[in-house]
Amino acid sequence: MMLVRVRVNFSALRKVAIHEYVSRFVLGAAITVVAGLIARRFGPVAGGVFLAFPAIFPASATLLEKHQRQKKQRAGIRFTLRGRLAAAIDARGAALGSIALIGFALVCWRALPQHRPVWVMSLALAVWLACAIALWRLRQSHALWCAHRRRTGSP
Amino acid sequence: MELLIRVLIGGAIVSAFALAGDIFKPKSFAGLFAAAPSVALASLGLTILNDGAAYAAVEARSMAIAAVAFFFYARCCAYLMGTRHLTALSATLCSLPVWAAVSWALWALLLA
Repeated sequence: MMLVRVRVNFSALRKVAIHEYVSRFVLGAAITVVAGLIARRFGPVAGGVFLAFPAIFPASATLLEKHQRQKKQRAGIRFTLRGRLAAAIDARGAALGSIALIGFALVCWRALPQHRPVWVMSLALAVWLACAIALWRLRQSHALWCAHRRRTGSP
Repeated sequence: MELLIRVLIGGAIVSAFALAGDIFKPKSFAGLFAAAPSVALASLGLTILNDGAAYAAVEARSMAIAAVAFFFYARCCAYLMGTRHLTALSATLCSLPVWAAVSWALWALLLA
């Protein structure tokens, strides 16, 4: 069994158009402002809900689908589901990231009133990253293990 | 002035995490960054400065509930795109009521 390696591909940044960068910035700014305004108007309990609003995900998934579709069209394939399937895989990753996001929120909730905010936020971010990577690795290992068992026919 | 700072910091942090999602492969790993605490980092940081850490902690407790809702939202998106083959835009927008309903239900059960 071979574990999937994570790779960094900086050339992918060149494929993103300027207006796509701008739309992400605007969406991010908008949801941060909205979360602040809701907290001001309705209190921190209601405002906090919008800290885990999937603001950027629709734009990211649409962008990913478009890039995958264009890649296939350049290869001469006009109709393909590849873009939607890639976006679905991206969404499965987001589901794992959201479990890690619960860890981030719990660390902030429990530790912010007692400890220095800078340390708490740093720890919470580290917890999010560690949980997200661990969950992803666990899922990959499970998928590989299942595939291996199917191939070898072992029970 | 606070609004301008929110716009700049919120936009910058969300964009930074979105860039991280662009450069990593495979896509399932890059997807982790779609649920990064980008809005939370920007918003909680400013809330701590303006209203104090105890106020921000209350926001973080609500955020934990919304993160559970995000999980159901992302699974719903994955189903609609991967199995029902909806376009990414339709799937992600049609699934938003799932996020809202789960958030509201958990909020009503646990915090109201």
